[in-house]
Formats: sequence, C-alpha cells, structure tokens
Amino acid sequence: MTSVDSVPTPGAALVRRPGSVRFLWLLAVVAALGLLMAASVAIGSRGVGWSDILAALGGSSETIEEAAVTKRIPRTVLAVVVGGALGLAGAVMQGVTRNPLADPGVLGINMGASLAVVAGIAWFGLFSATSIIVTAIFGAALAAVFVYAVGSLGRGGPTPLKLALAGAATSAALTSFITAIVLPRGDIAANVQSFQVGGVGGATFATITPVLPFLAVGLVISLLSARSLNSLALGDELAAGLGERVALARGVAALGSVLLCGAATAVAGPIWFVGLVVPHLCRLLVGVDHRWLLPFSALTGACLLVASDVIGRIVARPGELDVGIVTALVGAPFFIAVVRRQKVREL
Amino acid sequence: MTATHSLAAEELTLAYGERLVIEGLDLVVPAGSITAIVGANACGKSTLLRSMSRLLSPRAGRVLLDGKAVHRMPAKELARTLGLLPQSPIAPEGITVADLVGRGRHPYQGVFSRWSREDDAAVAAALEATQTTTLADRAVDELSGGQRQRVWIAMALAQQTDLLLLDEPTTFLDVAHQVEVLDLLTDLNRTRGTTIVMVLHDLNLAARYADHLVALAAGQIHAAGTPAQVLTEDCVRAVFGLDSRVIEDPTSGAPLMLPLGRHHVDTPAEVSPRG
Ligand SMILES: Nc1ncnc2c1ncn2[C@@H]1O[C@H](COP(=O)(O)OP(=O)(O)O)[C@@H](O)[C@H]1O
Ligand SMILES: [Mg+2]
Repeated sequence: MTSVDSVPTPGAALVRRPGSVRFLWLLAVVAALGLLMAASVAIGSRGVGWSDILAALGGSSETIEEAAVTKRIPRTVLAVVVGGALGLAGAVMQGVTRNPLADPGVLGINMGASLAVVAGIAWFGLFSATSIIVTAIFGAALAAVFVYAVGSLGRGGPTPLKLALAGAATSAALTSFITAIVLPRGDIAANVQSFQVGGVGGATFATITPVLPFLAVGLVISLLSARSLNSLALGDELAAGLGERVALARGVAALGSVLLCGAATAVAGPIWFVGLVVPHLCRLLVGVDHRWLLPFSALTGACLLVASDVIGRIVARPGELDVGIVTALVGAPFFIAVVRRQKVREL
Repeated sequence: MTATHSLAAEELTLAYGERLVIEGLDLVVPAGSITAIVGANACGKSTLLRSMSRLLSPRAGRVLLDGKAVHRMPAKELARTLGLLPQSPIAPEGITVADLVGRGRHPYQGVFSRWSREDDAAVAAALEATQTTTLADRAVDELSGGQRQRVWIAMALAQQTDLLLLDEPTTFLDVAHQVEVLDLLTDLNRTRGTTIVMVLHDLNLAARYADHLVALAAGQIHAAGTPAQVLTEDCVRAVFGLDSRVIEDPTSGAPLMLPLGRHHVDTPAEVSPRG
C-alpha cells in the first residue's frame, strides 16, 4: 500500500478530531488566567481601592496602598511563570514515566533542587542568581535520576507506586538534610527559608528575570516532546515500533521537565502538587493528546498557582499563607483520590 | 500493491544481561506471505519480534531488511516499512479510537509537521479495513476485547507498512474473534500483499492460516516450512514435550493436532508431559 487513494474515504469526516471544543476550552483558560491575574493585583492582605491600583499600574508608588499594589505585580508574574512551569513539568513527567502520580514535588525533584541550593549557600557562599539557578537544576536532575533508579529496583520496573514511594522517601530525607544544614547556621536562616516552604511573596522583577532563559529552554524542549510522549504513552515496544528512539525521547523530555522545575524551585522554593493536579484536570478537558495537554497544563498551572496565592492572602489576613502551603492543602487530598480511583494503574 | 521486502535474521543471538534467549538463529521470512511462529512459553518468540523491530539490539548477528541491518537504519524510515503490534500494548486511559489509530501515523510526522490529508485518509482507510469506523469516537477502554484488538490492528494499518509483525494477536479472544482477526490479516495479505509475521499459540489455527510455519525451541529454529512439513507428531513432542496425533483437517486440508494427555483418550500418554 504505497499510496492511499487521494479521494477522501467516506469515513474521513468521522475521524476528524473535535478541535473546536478544545479551542473553546483554550479561550476559557486564557480568560480565567486574565481574571485571576487581575484579582491577584487587586486583592491582598491590605485592602486597596481601584484608584490605587490604576495609579500603581501607571508606575506610581507614593502611598502605602500604591506601594502594596506595585509589589503585587511582580508577585503575580512570578506565580504565573512558576505555576506554568510546574504544571507543564508535571504533565511531561507523567508522560515520561507513564505514572499518574508523577509530580515534581511527589518525586522529590523540587526538594533535590532546594537541598542543592541550601547546601550551596551554606557551604560555598552561593550568591548570584545564576549560580543558584544552575545549582537548583543540578540538584533537581540528581534527585530525578536517583528516584528513578531507586523506583526501578526490583520486579516490574518503575511502577507508579514504587516511584511515588521512592520520591516521598527521598523528599522526607532531603527535607531533614535541609533542616540539619540550616539549624546550626543562624546567619543564613533568613536566606534559605524560602527553600524550605515555597512561596512567591517578596518577588521583584530583578529576581524573576535571571530565571526566564532557563524556563524558556525548558518550555521549548518540553513542548517539542509532545509527539514523542504520545508514542511513549502506548508502551515502549509500540513506541519503538512507531520509530521512536525510546531512551533518547525519554531523556530529552525528562531534561525539559527537570529544567522547568529546577528553575522554578530556584525562584519560588519547593511547591508540591501543582504538577500533579493540573495534568489530570487538563486530561478531562482536552484528552490525552500531549500536543494539547502540554500547553494546557502550563496555562492551567499558572491559573492554579495565582489562585492559590490569592487564597493564601485572603484566608490568613492580616498575614498571609505561603502559596506552597496552600497547594499542599489542596493537593494532598487530590493525591489520595488519584491513588484510590486509579488503583494506581499505569497511564 | 506493496513492494516486496525481504526480512531475515542471520546468526542472531539475543540476550537480556547474562541470560541468552536466542542463540545463532537463522530465519528467512518469505516476502508477501503469512508466517506464523509457534513455540513453548518463554522460548523467546516475543524477544525475536522485539529484535526485528530493533527494540532489542542483537548480542551477535544481524536482522536484515532488504539486505540492510535494521539496527543501523534510521528509526522512522524502518517504521515506515516494518510495523510491530506488541503482545500487550497500552491504551492511554480515555483515548478515543480515532486518536489511537492516528498515532500509527507517528513515523510520517516530524517535530513541526502538521496532521495532513494523507494522515486523515490513512486513518480512515485503516478504520474501514478493520470495520471500526463506527467506533471512531468511542473510548478504547469501553470496547470489548475483540473490538479493541481490531482497533490495535487498525493502528498498525494506519502505519502503512509492507511488513507487519504481530505478537499473539489472538490471545485473550474467544474462538470466533480469533478467527475474525486471522481472516482480517489474511485479507490484508491477499489484497495488499502485506507480509505478515505473527506469533500464535493455537497450533491448529497457525497451521491453517500460515503459509510458512516456524517452530522455535531452545533459542533455535526447530523446524521451518509449510505447515504440513512442520506440524508433525515428532515436532510437537520436541517443541512442547507433548504427545499428540496429527491428522488432516477435513475442513482445510491443513494438519490438525490432537493433544494426548493422560486422561480421556484411548491411548493415553505414558509419561506426564515435560518430565
Ligand atoms: N525485559 C526482559 N528482561 C529480562 N528477561 C526477559 C525480558 N523479557 C523476557 N525475558 C525472558 O526471556 C525469555 C523469553 O521471553 P519471551 O521472548 O517473552 O518469550 P515468549 O514470547 O516466547 O513467551 C523468558 O525467559 C523471559 O523471562
Ligand atoms: Mg511472548
């Protein structure tokens, strides 16, 4: 069958994908993100009026209210960027490992990044933004390789539950390492606090800018892996039969997601469950085709993190909850629900 | 009609770590015909197919497609000539039939290329050939075993390869669906000249549907040839450790194997099989 008849077969119309439905969802998510960003600028632990917001957006920060709003703008941008990175990284990781429980937090990758940064600051006096980002990515990569290797031991290779358990155990160990490093070092405690609980408060454009190139590279690599992830989803044998170089494809996609969550952790600290919740939600909306799922997960991740940050500011007035705590409160029950519903079958 | 491609294994040795599975195997797949591979559990049938589609590199020897070593060929180029349907492929949860079959187009798509009219036409033709067009929008999870197997075959057809390797395509199907799948593969072979290599467990169906039968034992080819040459009482004893009678199938003329256990037969086997 060297060529198919060029006359459209009667079935051709039937198999066309329902692209319009997905497109509507896309518009909806973009609109939601816009609204949430507006809310994030408007709502805070300090109440402000619309005139203050408009003045601040215009660049003024003369009154306390205007100054508060000015600080919320980079914070909102950071929540968008980090949420997008984590949502996308989670979707890629779930695809690479065919594991519905994969998440940069659950697999211990964010804690790996955090530990590397904390150790770097404590022992090597790490200071510049770029050195912190590179160290975080390095730590993320080490943790990813370690957890995958441990989770693959024994019969059946890296099953979802074994990977998640290896990740959780590794996270716990890394968290206590961080505490052990920080405890005797009162001098750096303030610097490293943000690497123990993730958050986006206190962001400035100066802290956000250096991480953007790393996130951009991670974004491009991840999005270009969409087709490979589609074939890997059918199992390694079939993927190979479809002309995929399985190990290479997996490595490239994993690299993309490690860049994303390493860089995200470098600016916002370890944030759990965004990467877990978002892809599951997006699969319900747009299905299992990674060419749609990946960009959708990025957008939805941004929405989720901005929303969580706003919630954290409202519920604890006049103080605020770090966004990492909010996502953990939302994500933990979800994690349990996924385990129960799927009986942890492979994706 | 298809171009005829030659597929062969030369002195092929396959292993997982220290464990040798296939040792120095020579095999020629006759072009344009149906070859069935039979053998006991764990004798290396899946391993052999895996190596032919280059998932597993040979420890020694080569797999040759048109005289070229498959392990040196570009992956997608090979995948446009040779398709593999593994023993237990995974359907992502919630995927629709059309989407799954569309993934058979992977070898024709680059990183940036878009879904084309040829892709659409290939998917539609594959659905039609397997009579799954009406299922196109259904979720694969919801289908019966027989329907699902037809959908997997449709995916392999969408790949539009002249050679198709199938690992146990009839396992887990009831007898009517087994016959249906084998008829479908025979249609493909007759109408398009697709060369088919499949692993089958049912010796009698293998003997009826294959032009060429290969019996694998102990990492070697025990016998290869027409079903009448291969499916003999001696061969069944050597390959499966089972006493049997082989008679002529009155419906097809192919050899028909009747197993002799220790019970319920006039002349029971004297020793338990596989002593
Ligand atoms: N991925 C693997 N790693 C190690 N050993 C394997 C692997 N796959 C198969 N084997 C072993 O190789 C032998 C042949 O397996 P296989 O080719 O699947 O047999 P068959 O398909 O004939 O039942 C078996 O003993 C099996 O345990
Ligand atoms: Mg097998």
